[in-house]
Amino acid sequence: MKFVGDRYLRKEDPRLLTGRGRYVGDIALPRMLHAVLLRSPHAHARIVRVDADRARAHPGVVDVVTFAELGSAGRALPIVPPHADLRGRNFAALAGDRVRFVGEPVAAIVAENRYAAEDARELVEVEYEPLASAQTLEAGAPAVHDDIADNLAGRVTLTRGDVEAALRAAPRVASLELHIGRGGGQPMETRGLVADWNPALELLTVWASSQVPHQIRQFVGELLDLAPHQVRVIAPDVGGGFGAKLIVYPEDVLIPFLARRLARPVRWLEDRLEHMLAATQEREQRHEVTIGFDDAGRLLALRDHFVHDTGAYTPRGLVVPLLTASMLTGPYRIPAVESSFESRYTHRVPVTPYRGAGQPQAVFVIERVLDLVARETGRDRAEVRLANLVRAEDMPWDTGLPNYRGSGHVILDSGDPPSVVRRALESARYEALVAEAAAARARGRLVGVGVAAYVELTGVGPFESARVRVDPTGRITTFSGVSTQGQGLETTLAQVAADELGVTPADVTVVTGDTAGVEHGVGSFASRAAVVGGSAVALAARDVSAKARLLAARTLGCAEADLEQAGAAFADSRRPERRVSFADLSRLAGAATAALGVEPGLESTRVFQPTDITYSFGAQVALVELDPLSACVRILGFWIGHDSGRLINPLVVEGQLQGAVALGIGSALLEEIRYDESGQLLAGTYMDYLLPTATDVPTMVIDHLETLSTLNPLGLKGVGESGALPVPAVLASAIEDAVGPRGGRVTRMPLGPARLLELLPPSLAEALDRG
Amino acid sequence: MRPAPFDYVAPRTVDEALDLLARHGDEAKVLAGGQSLVPMMNMRLVRPAVVVDLNRVATLGALREDAGGLRLGALVRQHALERDGRVARAAPLLAEAAPLIGHLGTRARGTVGGSLVHADPAAELPACMIALDAVFHLQSARGARACRAGDFFRGLLTTALEPDELLVEIELPGPSASPGPAAPPGSAARRTGHGFAEVARRHGDFALVGACAVVALDAGGVCRQARLVMFGAGDRPHLARAAAALVGERPGAARLAEVGRAEAGEIEARDDLHASARYRRHVAAGLAARALGQAVARAEAA
Amino acid sequence: MTTRGAVAHDIAVTVNGVARRARVIPRMLLADVLREEWGLTGTHLGCEHGACGACTVLVDGEPARACLMFAVQADGSRVETVEGLVDGDGGLHPLQEAFRSRHALQCGFCTPGILMTLVAYLRVHPAPSEAEIREALSGNLCRCTGYQHIVQAVLEVAGGPLTPPSPRRGEGERA
Repeated sequence: MKFVGDRYLRKEDPRLLTGRGRYVGDIALPRMLHAVLLRSPHAHARIVRVDADRARAHPGVVDVVTFAELGSAGRALPIVPPHADLRGRNFAALAGDRVRFVGEPVAAIVAENRYAAEDARELVEVEYEPLASAQTLEAGAPAVHDDIADNLAGRVTLTRGDVEAALRAAPRVASLELHIGRGGGQPMETRGLVADWNPALELLTVWASSQVPHQIRQFVGELLDLAPHQVRVIAPDVGGGFGAKLIVYPEDVLIPFLARRLARPVRWLEDRLEHMLAATQEREQRHEVTIGFDDAGRLLALRDHFVHDTGAYTPRGLVVPLLTASMLTGPYRIPAVESSFESRYTHRVPVTPYRGAGQPQAVFVIERVLDLVARETGRDRAEVRLANLVRAEDMPWDTGLPNYRGSGHVILDSGDPPSVVRRALESARYEALVAEAAAARARGRLVGVGVAAYVELTGVGPFESARVRVDPTGRITTFSGVSTQGQGLETTLAQVAADELGVTPADVTVVTGDTAGVEHGVGSFASRAAVVGGSAVALAARDVSAKARLLAARTLGCAEADLEQAGAAFADSRRPERRVSFADLSRLAGAATAALGVEPGLESTRVFQPTDITYSFGAQVALVELDPLSACVRILGFWIGHDSGRLINPLVVEGQLQGAVALGIGSALLEEIRYDESGQLLAGTYMDYLLPTATDVPTMVIDHLETLSTLNPLGLKGVGESGALPVPAVLASAIEDAVGPRGGRVTRMPLGPARLLELLPPSLAEALDRG
Repeated sequence: MRPAPFDYVAPRTVDEALDLLARHGDEAKVLAGGQSLVPMMNMRLVRPAVVVDLNRVATLGALREDAGGLRLGALVRQHALERDGRVARAAPLLAEAAPLIGHLGTRARGTVGGSLVHADPAAELPACMIALDAVFHLQSARGARACRAGDFFRGLLTTALEPDELLVEIELPGPSASPGPAAPPGSAARRTGHGFAEVARRHGDFALVGACAVVALDAGGVCRQARLVMFGAGDRPHLARAAAALVGERPGAARLAEVGRAEAGEIEARDDLHASARYRRHVAAGLAARALGQAVARAEAA
Repeated sequence: MTTRGAVAHDIAVTVNGVARRARVIPRMLLADVLREEWGLTGTHLGCEHGACGACTVLVDGEPARACLMFAVQADGSRVETVEGLVDGDGGLHPLQEAFRSRHALQCGFCTPGILMTLVAYLRVHPAPSEAEIREALSGNLCRCTGYQHIVQAVLEVAGGPLTPPSPRRGEGERA
């Protein structure tokens, strides 16, 4: 392979660097209107009356739309994916008679400009009857949905073996209660849409800052009663997603509805305060875990029960808690497991996947368990992990737990976890580091080393498609159903196509996230875009290459074996003056007769349907120091060992890992979404919801291993979320090490200053107080 | 988010500005650097009918030395505090605190006066000004008055400024001025030092707790003046009474730690999203001692 | 009697060396006049309350958050945006080149604000250390990169010591 594996510089950079990116907010159409949304100020209320007359009369206002105007477009959005144990409910384009979280959209105000729309929004009168709201995960909270009195969205138990018997038989047993708090993706670009209805073509065009353009097309078609060919959805340049743009939101249906109703283009740009209120969040869970183990530190039995906060609706069903439950054993061999959860409704923003999607919680639980086992058995934490890891010779390893899709078990397909962990340990000079940290502690500094390992679920189906086309000008275009959010697909997919076609990435134009490009697509999430999207591109490009060779041989009157390719042209090696270019072949194929024996066009559309999920592995080592007065954490060193199969572009992979680690640091030390007792968001701006800055993130050292996946043609595995998975766990491990045996135990995330202070060893705090 | 509608005026002189404030009263808001006001306007938390932009009043941006002290126009940009050698000379406490005020990108436009008038309890400049015993010169169409920094900050985001008044200048006395009440005659050979310590969650964030100190020692190393101001803990900066007790002593580390603990017990400490009251009190003691320690060390070395 | 806020002000601003004019209402942000009036959409709005730095431009040579200035305030000033960094032949500024070669951007949304912050900073501090660079960037949020490659790009341009790149490419099976 020439280009796959290369640190090829990104093709999208010249335009992004020079301010010529094209994000939804940059799209301005003639006669375009501006929409703003009125959102519920109550966590739970009946909508008694909406009076928009004054707002409609405001200068510049074109329309105000409430649920009453939606008609059949006001039906609840579909829930994807379904699940037998799910009692699911979803939101609609606007709230009808009830609002169920602060921020739920109630009305749309459309005006000639943004200022007028915001002014008019203040004139919409809504009479609410506030109701008691469910703000805890305890039983007995007010019902979020009238027909689900116990607020249970679903209750699932996954088992392997007989965990009760195994716990009874285990030489040692210990338990932990762990709590992880809410956070959100927080891409730098908020959500937004431009929708344009062309009545002459009866075509709705939607630009959406979204990770799932095809799904938007599907939902818009269903709810606005349009056929798929009447809706084109384009995700242009997207300023980050991280899960915040993963689902189809009410606005994704509402704005197209407005465009059609008003027969003028409509643009809605979410502002940051709205995003904090209404973009989906994730992570909140409370776990009770019990571990059975022996004196050698081997894990014998694991029982975990958790309560999961799913918010007011379930647009993504039970996906997040299923991921936590099914991935609980991580990369470890545990013979008996019971992993169960209750997913509970609350009057809060819905919970859907955010980078890591339930797995950071699973990693936090199992890694805290391993540190506990190490402590109880007096063994080194890295040693205990190495002793329990699934080994290369065990692959494929069936964990015995059903996967989150219900399509089979979690089967770790390929990999060498102990080698990956050893890479991280060697890179960090782990033994020396541990000794240095101990020496520093002996001198009174709060220095500690942490270690954590993980497995990441990647490359999920159901499929992805790609169309590769050489047009008669010789231009090579690759269309993919995945969409970009900054992960370099314009380049990496071009690298894949270029290798198959025998050209360079510069010769291949990649178009992502456009439903006009491929008819069927799924989108970018779950670390799948390069794996599934890239595999589809490889298959389609192979087809095109094969067809080109066949046609070239025909044209040149030679055998395919005699062909020599030089870039986008073939020659007959025996008579090199006879050449034919890709452009020529495309023209030839365009008029394909039966005699030619091929279908028209030098192109191919292929779908890749992975037969199973493919798993990446990694480990992280962190060196931290706590300030003895303020308890604030400084990360002094950070080492990553990582295996995500064949890397299309190592430069891109390093960027993904570094970015994900930064996000993980945020979720461990800085970011927490909190609500008060009445469901009001307490962290509503960037003064309160703290994202990591350049001074919060250390320099990281990354070491790669490449064990190919057995589940796709190129041996690819995903990496987008990897770096985030173990960060809370590795920092918990390091912080506990730093505060020493008389310090506190880390049982919750995130850790703000007050919680960190409580972890300091009491003698130190007292000494400070005494002076 | 965009602000509610407002009218905009950019006066060229202080008198024009005062005239506007007299006419519009509390319907007007003064715009200096905009780093505090404009976010609140964008979020519609603040909705002035008239915005009076001071950025074209050239005299308000003046910075000059005066008898060993400093006179800062209210519109002096925060980054001048870290860039201008005169500040480093005459008020090194400000030069040290400046890099911790927000970020590069906010200090270029944010102003000294703007920060003082906004009076965020966790801001660095109000506390520093109290530690330096600054005098604020206020003007309105009704006349001019001076207000000591220590009397200016009344409560949460609340100052002594009337709706028709402008803070026009901040006067920082030079070291040779007022040697302090307990000074015996002839002990004017004083060495001063400053100290500054804060804890914030991220670099540039408002302080969870902070302390700034100014200490003057005489030739014999005896403390002649000690001013310690805590910020971030309560609703406004707090001048420590415990520090005044250091006058007449030769303070060592244990004594300073004692003062820190006493002050930590004195301050109001709040619970909020970022830290608990208990946390703030705990850290305040250590930061106070640290700031005082730095000030003493610098005074000794002066 | 005019409605409050409806009086339009004429402004003349030099943007990237080009004289520009507009009629603006007072509450139009500097970011809005750049993006909507003059089509310079490279300056992005990430938070609209001055916390993320994505909208950073230079006004009379100093960094300013374009979401915290009203367009009317820019009358008579000299504004520099990311679009002005390319040279006359469309060649990339050294910082832009370094960002590209070091993979210092992913989604690109925060990048213009970071570039403008760095342009102003490097004019005054041409040879910063890594710690100084991180501090200088602390007012610019990036959710994608983790900042490491950005820091390396700046060190490259500033001629400072560079962290060596990842030690080796993967070994392991090859098909």
